[in-house]
Amino acid sequence: MSESDLMADLEAGTADAAERGNIPALNNEELQYLLEIFKSPYTFVSVERGNEVILSYDAGTLKIRRVGVNVDRIQALQIYEKLFGADTMELCHVDYSFKPIKPIATMERPILEQALLSTHIPLFYGAMPNLGLYSQPDGPFPNPAELLPQGKIKEAQDSYEATVDAAVNDILYVSKGMHESGADGINLDTVGAAGDADFQASLTAAEKLRETYPDICIELGMAGEFILGMHSELEYDGVRLAGLYPHDQVKLAQKAGVTIFGPVVNTNTSESCPWNLSRAITFMKECSRVATIPIHVNMGMGVGSVTVTDHPPIDIVSRASKAMVEICRLDGL
Amino acid sequence: MGDPLGMALTHAHASGMGGMRAAGDLVARVQMALGMRIQKAKQYVADRLRIAVSELADPVIMSEVREDLQIGAVTPLPGCAKGIEAKFRIAEVLGIDINCVQRFKDKIY
Repeated sequence: MSESDLMADLEAGTADAAERGNIPALNNEELQYLLEIFKSPYTFVSVERGNEVILSYDAGTLKIRRVGVNVDRIQALQIYEKLFGADTMELCHVDYSFKPIKPIATMERPILEQALLSTHIPLFYGAMPNLGLYSQPDGPFPNPAELLPQGKIKEAQDSYEATVDAAVNDILYVSKGMHESGADGINLDTVGAAGDADFQASLTAAEKLRETYPDICIELGMAGEFILGMHSELEYDGVRLAGLYPHDQVKLAQKAGVTIFGPVVNTNTSESCPWNLSRAITFMKECSRVATIPIHVNMGMGVGSVTVTDHPPIDIVSRASKAMVEICRLDGL
Repeated sequence: MGDPLGMALTHAHASGMGGMRAAGDLVARVQMALGMRIQKAKQYVADRLRIAVSELADPVIMSEVREDLQIGAVTPLPGCAKGIEAKFRIAEVLGIDINCVQRFKDKIY
């Protein structure tokens, strides 16, 4: 890739984000900064001394099991804490959704309690709202994905609304239990995966948790950059949820009582790494600018300009990490 | 998926505070407990530890600070505070409530 091609992709990436989000594009100084990062001959780059941020993790203990390392979850927490330099960590179950965890919460809580005795870093308990599990055949409610093609719009919307109530109940049941067991925080992860109903359920659950436990830490990490309008008319605090981008999502998260917000920008596999990073940073910079709470941008595989492969190259991950933190003035990843 | 070398370790080296090798867990606790953004949280922790903000990510300085204050160490020496013991001290040093520490106290007092 020539230098001019590289700059052209950086400019096109930020222009795409600016147009979609109706937000400012990156300025020339920021584009030059990105250009220099990509021109660096080194395989690994880092933030400047003093710009380090906090790292939080989704599906924390799952990452060790997924690669086939056969250790217990408390051992996985200790590996992250003592060997991986983790600032925080998350205990989670392989069936990583609140609905399936509800019936086994009494088995999960003692593991969390034991982990809290032997570890030092803050421990979240995390899971996904995953409203997809509440519709047939996995759940009790009619499946909107079957109703919508039949033109049964009202029936599909009614089903989504019913799933919100059920999901909120499950999130609250599990989260309250984990908080009562001593968790340092609750992580609602992959929020919005099932669209606007998923986001509404998570905001409502966060609000209710905050009412019950004023000091609770709630991290809310998103599934995608854009709230899909699967229901299309759902609102939170008078704001329609469908179509919101991160800089608007964070305002609702703040209102709901969320402590840490984890925005997402999806990686476009048809475009280059510079295009994706420039685009992602444009969205995240605006999100961080308007936020009053800490922002931990999602930068795992397939988001935050990280490539869509099981083993992302370290050169792009480190470049994305450095650029995202330093341009967006983030609080964490 | 989350290949730990490609994701967790790369971010830890590129942008992380180092966890309990340095003061990453402490700054994280302040973010979580007090909702502070990163610069304020770093300043708060530095003030409580009576060190400079620039020293928070230094593993050599922080190892000594952590040993002196008994707030947990990556390589625990015999007799040093570990696990929940260290978290009792962290809550005191940072002046924040830690959920599991509070619940531990409620059980024994």
